[in-house]
Amino acid sequence: MSNRAKLFLPVVFFLGMLGLLLYGLGRNPGEVPSALLNRALPAFSKPDLLDPARTVSVDDLRGGVFLVNVWATWCPPCHVEHPYLVEISGREPDVTFVGVNYKDDVEAARTFLAERGNPFKINIADVDGRLGVDLGVAGAPETFLIDATGTIRYKHVGVIDNRVWQETFVPLLAELR
Amino acid sequence: MIAKARKPLLQWLLCMLVWLAGGGAFGQLAIEERSFADAEQKARYNDLIADLRCPKCLNSNLAGSDAPIAADLRNEIHDQIMAGRSDAEILDYLVERYGEFVLYDPPLHPGTALLWFGPPVLLLLGVVIVRRMLAATGPGAAPAVLTPAEQQRLQDLLKQQSEP
Amino acid sequence: MIPELGNFALMLALGLALLQSALPLIGAANQNPTWMALGRPLSAGLFVFLLLGFGCLAYAFLHDDFSVAYVARNSNTALPVYYKFAAVWGAHEGSLLLWVLILASWGYAVSLFSQRLPLDIVARVLAVMGLITAGFLVFLLFTSNPFERLLLNTPREGTDLNPLLQDFGLTVHPPFLYMGYVGFSVAFAFAIAALLTGKLDAAWARWTRPWTNAAWAFLTIGIMLGSWWSYYELGWGGWWFWDPVENVSFMPWLVGTALIHSLAVTEKRGVFKSWTVLLALAAFSLSLLGAFIVRSGVITSVHAFAVDPERGMVLLALLLLIIGSSLLLYALRAPVVRGTATYGANSREVFLLLNNLLLVVSMATILLGTLFPLIHEAIYGEANRVSVGPPYFNAVFVPLMAILAFLLGASTFARWKKTSFAHLRQNLSLVLLASVALGVAVPLAVTGGVNPPIMLALALALWIVFGIAKDLWDKTAHRSPRLPALLGLGRSYFGMQLAHLGVAVLICGVCFTSHYSIEQDVRMSPGDELDVSGFTFRFDGVEEVPGPNYTAVRGTISVSRGGEPYMTMHPEKRTYHARGDVQTEADIDVGFFRDLFTALGDPRGDEAWVVRIHFKPFVFWIWFGALLMAGGGVLAVLDKRYRHRSIPATHPQTAAGAGAVGTAGVIQS
Repeated sequence: MSNRAKLFLPVVFFLGMLGLLLYGLGRNPGEVPSALLNRALPAFSKPDLLDPARTVSVDDLRGGVFLVNVWATWCPPCHVEHPYLVEISGREPDVTFVGVNYKDDVEAARTFLAERGNPFKINIADVDGRLGVDLGVAGAPETFLIDATGTIRYKHVGVIDNRVWQETFVPLLAELR
Repeated sequence: MIAKARKPLLQWLLCMLVWLAGGGAFGQLAIEERSFADAEQKARYNDLIADLRCPKCLNSNLAGSDAPIAADLRNEIHDQIMAGRSDAEILDYLVERYGEFVLYDPPLHPGTALLWFGPPVLLLLGVVIVRRMLAATGPGAAPAVLTPAEQQRLQDLLKQQSEP
Repeated sequence: MIPELGNFALMLALGLALLQSALPLIGAANQNPTWMALGRPLSAGLFVFLLLGFGCLAYAFLHDDFSVAYVARNSNTALPVYYKFAAVWGAHEGSLLLWVLILASWGYAVSLFSQRLPLDIVARVLAVMGLITAGFLVFLLFTSNPFERLLLNTPREGTDLNPLLQDFGLTVHPPFLYMGYVGFSVAFAFAIAALLTGKLDAAWARWTRPWTNAAWAFLTIGIMLGSWWSYYELGWGGWWFWDPVENVSFMPWLVGTALIHSLAVTEKRGVFKSWTVLLALAAFSLSLLGAFIVRSGVITSVHAFAVDPERGMVLLALLLLIIGSSLLLYALRAPVVRGTATYGANSREVFLLLNNLLLVVSMATILLGTLFPLIHEAIYGEANRVSVGPPYFNAVFVPLMAILAFLLGASTFARWKKTSFAHLRQNLSLVLLASVALGVAVPLAVTGGVNPPIMLALALALWIVFGIAKDLWDKTAHRSPRLPALLGLGRSYFGMQLAHLGVAVLICGVCFTSHYSIEQDVRMSPGDELDVSGFTFRFDGVEEVPGPNYTAVRGTISVSRGGEPYMTMHPEKRTYHARGDVQTEADIDVGFFRDLFTALGDPRGDEAWVVRIHFKPFVFWIWFGALLMAGGGVLAVLDKRYRHRSIPATHPQTAAGAGAVGTAGVIQS
């Protein structure tokens, strides 16, 4: 390389870095990916939120498409998301909606579902948050899609609204069926 | 932070709320008492929570976050240490769930080779360049580097400045 | 009315900045003295109008004008007056206005203190600074206008300043930091002017040096204040986390440090010109990169500034314009390195070259570590994110700094051009022996344990200190009496030694604090006692105390030493009314040799609380070392040789000299 050519190295390096930063602008730095993607749903055994005498285990989430929504009454965005979940749960008969009530006051959670509608066929009470840790949950709401083989196929962090549902979940569900 | 820019404003605000609820509350931290069997366990615990990243927060370790998830993970780590599990087992447990994202000390593998080998390679390269520059001169090189014309000009400038 | 006036002032400033970036440059190209001379009055006007704009925003804050959106978001009627003023730069828009104001102040300062510089150089320098100011003013006015109004529904109360910023340390931290960041624009502008004219010579290096030193001293203090603030305000007892926002302030500092040393070689010996000019461009470019990273939210940081990709795009375009064009100019115009250097392998030149190498590799490491999560994601996809944090940076950075500290001590005795090994051995053997012996013996005697990192750190610090002492002794050896001779050594020399002493102090502070701190988080009921390093801490319970815009739970901890009462400490947990934020306020007893650090955790019932008690030896030395370094920079700026009288702009020798220099390998315009 000639001596003059070497002087172009800084500007070339800088343009490369600019490209990287441009790429960086188009993405969301806050979303932590799930390490469990395309892996089996971890084994668990937790009490039913509405019927504490009953135990829900991983075997109850087999043989169909499941949408697992991690929620809590202390989480304001969950309140926003709830009506939409109620709405779509009625529209999607072949998807089983599962609610994981995460680190919540169980009584408050029952009242919440009684008053605002219960979109979930299965309700799991995760009072100590262990199931949340096993799922790699970092907060609420988070939503997982489980396929018929019990494999986690997608994780969504944040509120599900009509746009997210139509753009992300509908195509994925079509694929899973 | 969850805030994604290209979302509508309302959703952005909601995401902010998630983040606040999830506890990015920076400036308020986890000050909590822990009991251990011995000092070694305590040191291991402190090292682990210092070098693990809180998955929900902007950029803080488990030791420095009050987010509920950070508290859960601290509990988990504490329980596992008390149960006699090794550091490697605990790290595997967390990476399995949260990915390498939680490790502030990225392990060496092909994907991180640039990170770990970049600086030493750059330093070596620099040393080679300096050596080559010296080889071009040798110890007996000419004493003055300024050309006579440059010397003259510098002298003139300095003289000009020191004279009122 | 006042906010509109402010807005108007900013628009006028933009007009002036555009004129300043064009007229003097055109004048310089055509050798038109009248047009060239316009740079000075224009820079004064720019400064005045930006000051007016800044004053209008401050007025809006002090008068609680919540019709201004920025004021409504960052102030509150209950906010103390001092913080109302500081809130002007409490968030993105206002801090950007401060940034632009400081940029204009540096430009105005150049116009004031450049009387002895050739007019064509001044014209080009001011034009470059005007162009940068204009770029940022466009960004400010069109994407981040602090005067935007909420006319339809003006809130009756503001949402208050972020409680984290309601603190003295953080109110003075941004101005100092920006003085440093933006100050490098002067060296940048001088470098561009030199590339444009082709007069890249010893005189250029001499003109650049005081400006670089001044900016570097500000940046040093700015970084120190940030570190100090995170130590006492965040309540975690740490002082540096290698967060992206810290890293981006550290990168220009490292390159600025390299530039200071490289400028010395270029001025004294006329070598490394291309390298020095590249460093001058890099220092300011890294400041701009830092501004981009912090304000675009492209990299996850604790510092939640404005996370807004639209602003990010405009900033990126500004980066492309300023940095891209300057580096392109560099590639086209920088002198090609000549093959024959004239210094020996053991000369001061080579020591300074190695200093530059280590500093630049350190900077590159931090850049790589900061951007690596992004690089990794670009290659392996979003599903495989990695984090790079303190363990990585410490592992790479500490060895580099240790080598640098060793070279620093040795280089004191290296002479220009050529130094014999015998000369170095003769000067350094005693210093080496003393520093290693004391470095090993002192920790052993004090703590009774063998601790290699501490011993190495202390030996390195003493190596530097003894080297400085021996040099001062030698320099006055043939004079009597010594004291006047010592004072006659010059401010530059003392500045250098003071800054190097600061490095030694900093090394001690960092290592001793890291290794000897005692950190306890304990549950305490009223009356409980805890012994830490000779001090007894007794928890006496908590009470509620009202603050101006918050309510605090205030703990009382009585500290005694050897049975004697020593002091009472009051850590607080504050709940701010407007936002409901909870803020931990540590109480720290600052000492020269140790800090006592207390903070309140959560209540645990029965009046019991979790209390954090830290004993931190030598932590003060970290900030003290940084202050010494900054003081050294200031002393060097005040050196007499930078304050000689002016030379005429059209000095015949300049032209003749430049012609001659051109034949010696410097590109001519």
